[in-house]
Amino acid sequence: MYRGPVATYQRKAQQQQQQQRLWSVQQASRFTTSALISKDVTVTFIEPDGNEIQATGEEGTNLMELAHENDVDLEGACEGACACSTCHVILDDNVFDSLPEPTDEENDMLDLAFGLTDTSRLGCQVLLTSDMEGMRIKLPSATRNFYVDGAKPSHH
Amino acid sequence: MKAFLLLPQRTASSGIRRFSVSVQAYRDKNIAIVGGGAAGFYTAARLLAKTQDVNIDIFEQLPTPYGLVRFGVAPDHPEVKNCTTKFDQVSGSPRVRYFGNIQVGRQLALEKLRSAYDGVVLSYGASEDRKLGIPGEDGVDGKWGVVPARQFVAWYNGLPEAQGLDVDLKSFDRVVIVGHGNVALDCARILLTEPSELASTDITAHALETLRGSNVRHVEMVGRRGPLQVAFTTKELREMTKIPALDFICDRDLVASECAKWAEWLDASRSLKRMMDLLTKHAVSAGHSGRKSFTLSFLKSPVEVVPDQAAPQRIRFQINRLEGPVDAARAVGTGEFVDVPCGLILRSIGYASTPLDGAPFDGRRKIIPNIAGRATDNGELVPGLYAAGWVKRGPVGVIATTMQDAYRTADAVIMDLVHSQGQPREAIDQMLSESGVLSSCVTNAQWKRLEAFEAEAGQLTGKPREKVTNIEQMLNIVK
Repeated sequence: MYRGPVATYQRKAQQQQQQQRLWSVQQASRFTTSALISKDVTVTFIEPDGNEIQATGEEGTNLMELAHENDVDLEGACEGACACSTCHVILDDNVFDSLPEPTDEENDMLDLAFGLTDTSRLGCQVLLTSDMEGMRIKLPSATRNFYVDGAKPSHH
Repeated sequence: MKAFLLLPQRTASSGIRRFSVSVQAYRDKNIAIVGGGAAGFYTAARLLAKTQDVNIDIFEQLPTPYGLVRFGVAPDHPEVKNCTTKFDQVSGSPRVRYFGNIQVGRQLALEKLRSAYDGVVLSYGASEDRKLGIPGEDGVDGKWGVVPARQFVAWYNGLPEAQGLDVDLKSFDRVVIVGHGNVALDCARILLTEPSELASTDITAHALETLRGSNVRHVEMVGRRGPLQVAFTTKELREMTKIPALDFICDRDLVASECAKWAEWLDASRSLKRMMDLLTKHAVSAGHSGRKSFTLSFLKSPVEVVPDQAAPQRIRFQINRLEGPVDAARAVGTGEFVDVPCGLILRSIGYASTPLDGAPFDGRRKIIPNIAGRATDNGELVPGLYAAGWVKRGPVGVIATTMQDAYRTADAVIMDLVHSQGQPREAIDQMLSESGVLSSCVTNAQWKRLEAFEAEAGQLTGKPREKVTNIEQMLNIVK
């Protein structure tokens, strides 16, 4: 998502408000018998140039949203509708293996992703769980073959 | 009075050392983008994200922005259009101005842009299509013949200049589409989907009405090569298998033999392998009488279109065989022919870009010659001129492809801005005023008004928008 200075400021302000509300709920819940708070999970995004960004989000947040909330350089053209491949991320082997299989629809989109690997997923289709604490998420480098002379590449 | 002269001095090594005082006043840079579709907007987005001091003016020939995202993406693929949120963020930036209803090359010469701006990016896409080049293609007395899929798509998507297309879907039940790409599949799907399923999309009211009265039951999609050379993608093919009460027909023996012959190569090609698995799982060899059908035909090249008493036309194909390696297979005619009686024939073998007055153009490949986005003319770089999107690479690729492509062009622009030679904003505005741009353009604020109008109109019939399909009407609404 495009995040200019004003948009980032607004998003951060929103986030702060959300966190303040969550904090007061957390405070209140200390005095109840059942605490219905989603656990926060911290992961690390690794951008193509090697830059590492730590991100913390609630369980259930998808990886694309988490990336956007933390200014990670990940696109998301269709905004999480599983209709493009621009939020493509590369997961650790063990995390990838532990996840349920991608749907046909997600696999159809992954077919078109740049730099597809054996542990690739669409970020918008993977939800944070507490098991993912500390996981490292690599962003693929966009080095898809762009022929300068307009030659046609072989099938995707 | 003593006169103080600054005299040129000779130095030993080189001739005259001149004294000069020049103060390069710092100013923002200005970029013009020609074409307000995905390529143009993603170029602008990248320029905004990676610089602080670059202003962008986007020129678009239609009043409405978004290009093929509005007029190409199928109405039943609304999620794909979510990318316009980012485009709106770009237009909403104080560093960006949108000038709709301005045709560069017509009322505003490219030369004027190139002398005023620090750089000009050409991202005007492909507005024509490739012809089959066969007898009968243009029909008889302008009736029948072959219709470009591009035009059919533009028609049901509300492109103003395509609204005059005379689409008759009543007097026959069979359509032939020549081409094995996603545009061909989109056309097949729109023709075979129950119209009631399309009623809640932004397909035009006129197209929906025409489809409701359609008698089309069978669509045959023909390509000159085999199953392993198709250009469409699995997502779109899968959608055909999900249309209820539709027979998906293809030559299963051919698919099986091709897959067996090239098994090793296929195993290494994830996307194609998944597609062949889909075909093998869902396709039948023959349809059932009474049911709608979609036939995927291989190894046929069209050679002629002739009128027919009943059908009301026939398209003749030569049957091909394949030669060469699987990833560069050539279709070779066998001398055998087959006739297919049908009504509407669509050709969907590729879009094509057209030249722009004042810019170099590769007439063979129909693109702006370029090296990684920097325009060239006979091999020489043209300073300050760039290309992005289909007009740069050819009419291939999805929105994500165009996004990355546009980013690379924007990166080249940014690199070159150090040597820029444009005018300050005031001079640009004067040029725009003098050429009548400011008085006849549709601004972003005006487009937003039209967008709201369309959304409101759509609400009345349960559609996301009811597109205005007439330019005069658009201008009346916004001005």
